[in-house]
Amino acid sequence: MARAAVLGRLTWRPAELVSVRAETSAARTLTFDVPDWPGHVAGQHVDVRLTAADGYTAQRSYSLASAAGGPVELTVQRVDGGEVSGYLVDEMAPGDRCEVRGPVGGYFTWDPEDPSPVLLVAGGSGLVPLMSMLRTRAEAGSRVPFRLIYSVRSPADALYTSELRRRAREDRGLDVEYAYTRVAPTGVRRPAGRIDAALLGAAGWPADFAPTCYVCGPTGFVESVADLLVGAGHAADRVRTERFG
Amino acid sequence: MGDQASFVDGNELAGAFRELFAVDVTTARGTCVSCGRSGEIAQTHVYHGPGLVARCAGCEAVLVRLVRGTGRAWLDLRGVTCLEFGLPEPV
Repeated sequence: MARAAVLGRLTWRPAELVSVRAETSAARTLTFDVPDWPGHVAGQHVDVRLTAADGYTAQRSYSLASAAGGPVELTVQRVDGGEVSGYLVDEMAPGDRCEVRGPVGGYFTWDPEDPSPVLLVAGGSGLVPLMSMLRTRAEAGSRVPFRLIYSVRSPADALYTSELRRRAREDRGLDVEYAYTRVAPTGVRRPAGRIDAALLGAAGWPADFAPTCYVCGPTGFVESVADLLVGAGHAADRVRTERFG
Repeated sequence: MGDQASFVDGNELAGAFRELFAVDVTTARGTCVSCGRSGEIAQTHVYHGPGLVARCAGCEAVLVRLVRGTGRAWLDLRGVTCLEFGLPEPV
């Protein structure tokens, strides 16, 4: 069990959007200024609350994308009909304000002091908290072996493409594998399709290496990958999951 | 039983619980009153209704209900027994 520090109660803090960066046609990274932000660890999230002029509020949870201790950076992907994601991706402008509650969540987190090899399995925007882990690993100068398997519909939908290409080349001990589910780019041998046991076997770790596995994505994706990992012999308590619906 | 397609997981409860408690409840281990399964609150299945409803990942029994109103909150823990928290000891 995680031996978390005693933290104190937490409530909503005002946040001001400082800058935005487009990631794909449906996703962008928003950087917020949050006074007295205490810093986060890799994998944590925040709750974001929007309040309309008439007092109507809506809130959602979003993972922090930056390395541990870094700025409040959220990569948000538009969800069809999503009232919060639509505003964050298409409308919110630098200088606009909202509220955040966080950082929170101590379960789906990676500690750079943990020497276990790590398997990251991302579905779509489930890559965001795993990216925080990759960035934290690099900033810490960690050599813990990391493997990322990223399931995404097509190359155009992939987040952080150029950064991942650079990290796969420069970050020692990091392997990156893509599983394109609908459209695979030319030159990729594996045909488009979902992550299966063969891919997890080839691009993941053998179960007897006892890696910590982090799986994040839509609920169906996470259920499927977690079942495959346990079926391949990984201990259920080494498979950490985060589902976003 | 809730719609299987619509749940997220107990990680989502972290912020709402941190409004009530000084420690992270999602890393605490609880035992389901209904089936006896034990695990972290982060691994429960969470459904959004009038409030937040956390169900057992094994038997889907209701473990926790949390409803937030203006100036107050209601927390129903009838489905979970013996929450176990990891706490730092003074050095």
